Amino acid sequence: MCSAATPLPDTPLLFAEADWSYDALQRAYDAIQEIAIGELGLDVYPNQIEVITAEQMLDAYASIGMPLMYQHWSFGKHFAYNEMLYRKGARGLAYEIVINSSPCISYIMEDNSMAMQALVMAHAAFGHNHFFKNNNLFRQWTDAEAILDYMQFAKAYIARCEERYGAREVERVLDAAHALMDHGVNRYQRKRRVSPKSTEQRARDRLRYAEQSYDDLWQRTNPLDTPREPDAGWREEDLRGMQPVPLPEENLLYFLEKMAPKLAPWKREVLRIVRQVAQYFYPQKQTKVMNEGCATYVHYRIMNRLHEKGLLSDGGMLEFLHSHSSVIFQPDFDDKRYSGINPYALGFEMMTDIERICERPTDEDRQWFPAIAGNGDAMGTLKDAWANYRDESFVLQFLSPTVMRRFKMFRLSAGEDDSDYVVEAIHNERGYHKIRKSLARRYDVALTDPNIQVVEANLDGDRTLVLRHEAIGGRLLDRDDAAAVLQHAANLWGYPVALEEVDAASQAMLREHDRVEPIG
Amino acid sequence: MQIIDRRRNPQGKSLSNRQRFLRRAKRQITEAVREASAQRRIRDVADGERIVIPTDGLAEPRFHHDPATGHQEGVMPGNKKFHEGDRIPRPGGGGGEAGREGSPDGDGADAFGFVLSRDEFLDIFLEDLELPDLMKKTVSRTESTTPERAGFATSGAPANINLLRTMRNSLSRRIALRRPSNEELDALRAEIAELERSEPGSRRLEEARIRLAFLERRTREIPYLDPMDIRFNRFEAVPKPITRAVMFCLMDVSGSMSEAMKDLAKRFFMLLYLFIQRRYRHVEIVFIRHTHKAEEVDEDTFFYSRETGGTVVSTALVEMRRVIAERFPVSDWNIYAAQASDGDNLTADGPEVAAILDRDILPITQYFAYVEVSGGVGELLKTDSNLWRSYAPFATTHANFAARRVADRGDIYPVFRDLFTPESQSV
Repeated sequence: MCSAATPLPDTPLLFAEADWSYDALQRAYDAIQEIAIGELGLDVYPNQIEVITAEQMLDAYASIGMPLMYQHWSFGKHFAYNEMLYRKGARGLAYEIVINSSPCISYIMEDNSMAMQALVMAHAAFGHNHFFKNNNLFRQWTDAEAILDYMQFAKAYIARCEERYGAREVERVLDAAHALMDHGVNRYQRKRRVSPKSTEQRARDRLRYAEQSYDDLWQRTNPLDTPREPDAGWREEDLRGMQPVPLPEENLLYFLEKMAPKLAPWKREVLRIVRQVAQYFYPQKQTKVMNEGCATYVHYRIMNRLHEKGLLSDGGMLEFLHSHSSVIFQPDFDDKRYSGINPYALGFEMMTDIERICERPTDEDRQWFPAIAGNGDAMGTLKDAWANYRDESFVLQFLSPTVMRRFKMFRLSAGEDDSDYVVEAIHNERGYHKIRKSLARRYDVALTDPNIQVVEANLDGDRTLVLRHEAIGGRLLDRDDAAAVLQHAANLWGYPVALEEVDAASQAMLREHDRVEPIG
Repeated sequence: MQIIDRRRNPQGKSLSNRQRFLRRAKRQITEAVREASAQRRIRDVADGERIVIPTDGLAEPRFHHDPATGHQEGVMPGNKKFHEGDRIPRPGGGGGEAGREGSPDGDGADAFGFVLSRDEFLDIFLEDLELPDLMKKTVSRTESTTPERAGFATSGAPANINLLRTMRNSLSRRIALRRPSNEELDALRAEIAELERSEPGSRRLEEARIRLAFLERRTREIPYLDPMDIRFNRFEAVPKPITRAVMFCLMDVSGSMSEAMKDLAKRFFMLLYLFIQRRYRHVEIVFIRHTHKAEEVDEDTFFYSRETGGTVVSTALVEMRRVIAERFPVSDWNIYAAQASDGDNLTADGPEVAAILDRDILPITQYFAYVEVSGGVGELLKTDSNLWRSYAPFATTHANFAARRVADRGDIYPVFRDLFTPESQSV
């Protein structure tokens, strides 16, 4: 496919027909690359474009966008649901899915027209790709080179576990692990990353060792559950040659994997797999606005350049603008279609605004953004932002009055018992700072995800595991779901699990949940 | 950059996930299928359908904030008229935008809808009726076809080349394009040889040679057999013996039949329909309800409208006889009848019923199945009903008659055992 593509005779257009062909894809890619790398100076992983069908796109949806995924009923559930919506025509499919890996894989659908394919390549293969490669969070937390290898290992490992221990047993562990998935990420760097190859090797060794050293008689004469002296501390962990996990620990899956007294080794490995997947997606969760904004801004610049250079026909440009404007459409809060602030819209708007501030600043901008206003280097400023910020800090730093006015933003708040919302701020001089702060908080995962930690694991007593939720602003956990998750946690832990909710500021006890005993 | 075409990768990557999901949701799906089949028409019983199941046991719980608690705040776009300090009434019981992020699976629904394929639906439907596996296969297997000649095609397998057609096309093309025949060439060559001998160097010889060269070129350019001449025999897959069947559903709709009984009867009719449909390409269904008088009605009226009156079963048989005579000549149609009743009948009607059945109905029907539905096991213990007493003798004398008592969904299948095993016996 890398042969030099021949241009169309007598016309600079990259393609003239609506249908795509490999030749046209190659021509468009080359032209886009020239603009993205040559003019915009983007820095990307090598690209791999994969053409797939609608059904395969649904598949990719169901397995949370990974090309390889272990098997679990919940993916089947999401597939069935998405498929129904798609068949009914209630929901279109994404034009593309892009994977943070090296090479960077972009899936494009066979049904897209050629103009759409060009848009998708600009958006995914250059926009997202640049963001993945350069953003600090991704660099710190994900290993693009290794993720596909790791998923390959995970899929095979879980399939082997199913063969060996039965699908039902594996399903129970995965159910439990999924329930705790949001609390299976490290929010701070712990220690060096382990390469997946050696992880796999280690898992194999562990299994082999367990098999070789299986000794029924020994286990009967020296059962693991014998009561130990009070000062024995983390005896079981010593047996396994592991260090006790210091408390409190906010990564619940990590804690269970390392410390659950009765968990079989393969179950620990399964927890580890789920934890790794959660960790891999953790940066994406924190950079939705930036990531989509970056990709949208990049595709907008590139498509416009293509048109300027006469490489894209007016028809193709109109088609592009049509889908571009529906992607960045932001319904008002009272619109039936409203479902929160559209990350594409906000990201794109903020980035084009940064470009404007750099190149054509107003007095207001000079006052708000003295560091960048009129610096004339929009691309440099944006690249710096893409590399060093996440949604929360990006909004806090760069949301300008112009954008707030354009979105006509306002801030509402209400206490638990209030019957009314109060409009605290609107898009005016007095409100800008309040709105900006409030919006930034909304993207702060430390506030949106409940902060739950293991605070006590009474290993010498009845082994009750105590979790603590530090509630911010009096926001408690949903009781029913919390009980269901606790059940899963108890099943993994093997002993009772308790959950208490305290106020983050005062440490005052707000609510204690019923202790949950493990089942099965 | 690399472009990879993944479209030809194995399809149905998610199939095993789907099976896992169906297995997981089995109880709910069985429930939903039961409900759906109660609502759908007999004829549609085998179609796949969107079903909605409750999410209990399928939820994927996570720790998340309860939107009804604590301090709420949020930024929204699209302010039109609000000023700082305005108060907006909160929609019932809190919630607001925070509620959106709270749902366990992102859908925020108590129920979960999706589409079952025809096979999946049928599988669960039949399983619910406790059909043995072999029977399930018999019912749900798609019908077989035989290839039948259907004209000619320009493409096909070499083995199917139709020589006659091909050569005829070749001939007419050769004629139309004036391809020189071998005789013509031979004659010309002979003439040249003759001329070479008699008048070498003459103008006639030169002309003949030019003509020969021309004809030989023409022969080369217009092939004897061109790919465009080739014709293949075309075959069409035709379903095996197309025969027609009519299925009569007879039911007592007097007040003594409860909804549960009717539901049981409906399942019985559905299963019979599936069996018959397996055998016949075209199946008509006639619904006859009766109290002390009988009439032909549509399906909805049949199952859902109430009639009051006494119970005279013979009226239904008479009506059936009339419909057969009018619309379903025995020579063209296979006739099946299924009757459901609680067994109630006017005592004086007994002999009449037996007479019509014996004389008019049984001789022309492939199969007559009678199910007596009862509310519970207790009722089975009481003495035989009037109708049962009238029908019982036929079960021993006629191979195409069966009578069963059904108290539960699981009892329905045995009624069909006689009908479809062994193959030779009933039809």
